[in-house]
Amino acid sequence: MIEAITQFFKQYPLLWTFVKAVVLASFTLVIPLAVIYVERKIAGFIQSRLGPLHVGPQGAFQTAADALKLLLKEDIVPEGADKRFFYLAPYIAFISTVLCFMVLPFAPGWVALEMNVAVLFIIGVSLFNVVSILMAGWSSNNKYSLLGGLRAVAQLLSYEIPMVLSVLAVVFYTGSLSLTGIIEYQVKHGWNIWHPPIMIAALIYFICALAEINRTPFDLPEAESELVSGFNTEYSGMRFAFFFASEFANNFFITAFAAALFFGGWDGPVLPPIVWTFLKVFVMIFVFMWVRWTPPRLRIDQILRFAWQLLVPISLANLLFAIALGVR
Amino acid sequence: MVINVGPQHPSTHGVLRLILTLDGEQIVACEPVIGYLHRGLEKMMERRPYRHNIPFTDRLDYLAALSNNLGICQCIERLGGVEVPERAQYIRVLLMELQRIASHLVFLGTFGTDLGATTMFLYAFREREMVLDLLEECTGARLTYNWVRVGGVPDDLPEGFGQKVLDFAKLFRQRIEEYDMLLTRNRIFRSRTQGVGVLPKETALAYGCSGPVARASGIPYDIRKVAPYEVYDRVEFDVPVFEDGDVWARYLVRMEELRQSLRIIEQVLRDMPDGPVQTKLPKIFKPPAGIAYSRVESPRGELSFMMVSDGSPNPVRVHIRAPSFVNLSVLPRLLEGAKVADLVAILGSIDVVLGEIDR
Repeated sequence: MIEAITQFFKQYPLLWTFVKAVVLASFTLVIPLAVIYVERKIAGFIQSRLGPLHVGPQGAFQTAADALKLLLKEDIVPEGADKRFFYLAPYIAFISTVLCFMVLPFAPGWVALEMNVAVLFIIGVSLFNVVSILMAGWSSNNKYSLLGGLRAVAQLLSYEIPMVLSVLAVVFYTGSLSLTGIIEYQVKHGWNIWHPPIMIAALIYFICALAEINRTPFDLPEAESELVSGFNTEYSGMRFAFFFASEFANNFFITAFAAALFFGGWDGPVLPPIVWTFLKVFVMIFVFMWVRWTPPRLRIDQILRFAWQLLVPISLANLLFAIALGVR
Repeated sequence: MVINVGPQHPSTHGVLRLILTLDGEQIVACEPVIGYLHRGLEKMMERRPYRHNIPFTDRLDYLAALSNNLGICQCIERLGGVEVPERAQYIRVLLMELQRIASHLVFLGTFGTDLGATTMFLYAFREREMVLDLLEECTGARLTYNWVRVGGVPDDLPEGFGQKVLDFAKLFRQRIEEYDMLLTRNRIFRSRTQGVGVLPKETALAYGCSGPVARASGIPYDIRKVAPYEVYDRVEFDVPVFEDGDVWARYLVRMEELRQSLRIIEQVLRDMPDGPVQTKLPKIFKPPAGIAYSRVESPRGELSFMMVSDGSPNPVRVHIRAPSFVNLSVLPRLLEGAKVADLVAILGSIDVVLGEIDR
């Protein structure tokens, strides 16, 4: 059945591209609903409370209801805001996330666009997120937002470097810039995580990923208690929903990327590949949330010192290590 | 850059407004603006008979209403020379210490949230709920107790109350260990608090700080020890004092006070005698002309009441020395040169309640 449909669409390449784009965009909008629900339940579990209960079975439709509410809310643009940037910022954040999903293989052949430099593409595109945060913080005409935006940029750029270096370690080790290639290498040679240089890379990646998706020890850009939620303070309704959705979709993506780089992507026994991908992603999301709800947050200078004085040197040394041990 | 923190801000713990002058992330100057909650309580008290003023004090420091009740009652008792039965004194101390635990738990929870550890908030409030349940069983209220009377307490403890408190104390000791695991031994928490917002001993003395703020700066000053009231001279407890004067020390003082409060509670329940809980007083209470001054150790520091009587049923003048007000006055000194992110840590560690600052 699916075969027949794909065969039909493949006769019309333009239509096929359009269908893929629609599916990807809606996937990026739907996945946050699941991730947010899981997050609420896990937060409840950790904080010895119940989480959402009343909308749907076990509160499963709560996030959908919230999303609907956000859709229906008034769209408020603060006076004195730089309107063009203010309107544009949430969509840039969202688009950068969708573009990341575009090259992500969920299972053999299940990838919207097979790209031989997918890793490079992802690194480049995900940086758009930083631009959107800066735009939002700057254009809101709010001092808290501005501070949040500046902090976010300082933090994201600092952590992007060790993150890229640890991803490069994988690239050098497996000799491929294509995500499908990296996964296929792991199917043949075992998961990357079991190899010493990649183990360190994975650890660094994990720390940087926490910072990249603004999770608690590093959630300064939206420090609720200090900056009144930072760069998105002035956003409401649909625009806020887009920021929120892209953040949680990013959360999903960054773990899926990690699964592909370190944990063999779709590789796994018995179950179908797509199930393995999602299984790995949600296990990692659980770990992320576990961290999020436990420690307090760091201060901006401590965060930057940690990145530049510790993570960058280690990941550089590790990169050399990976190159030395790499197969090619 | 000048930014305005509050009066509506998640971390100002009420309607406090701070006008901050920033240089990047550095705070250059801070000007607190208070008065958003001013109700003129001191003036209102002059218009009412002495004992009608007790409910007002619930609204001062609303996280430790019982301490305020005790403060004003002691003042009136001194003015009128009223004796308090022994059992009532023990009950008062028991309730004060339960109140101190509840108040410090609010500090712990909000302090955790301020620093980003949201889970601490729910843990602390889970235990506070148990204290509030106990207090509710005894007094019938959860926030504004109004349970201390001139000459004693309104009623005896409910049946089986002592055992329930002991059960709670046993459980709570384990829970304090849990807090230690979550915060005290957390590297991130330490790096956020150690060496931040240092209050030197001399400054603390000069500003007249009291309570945990003073004790964290190396001043061993606790009204329960230096001027014991009720039966505090008959129970054994330590006054935790730390020398560092930073946010971390203030946190540790409060954590240790939780343990000491449990010690006091257990001794009080052991030694409590039987007997009446209230002295009979005339319907219209007219203390002789004069001035009375009383001080108690509220969870926030030295809480004093001063009342002037001219022999009529109403006081002529009432003054309240609110510990939060005095402790808050040191905030601009603490914030000079601090980072914006430290603002919430420092403000949280002073643990102010706006109800008693603005009265």
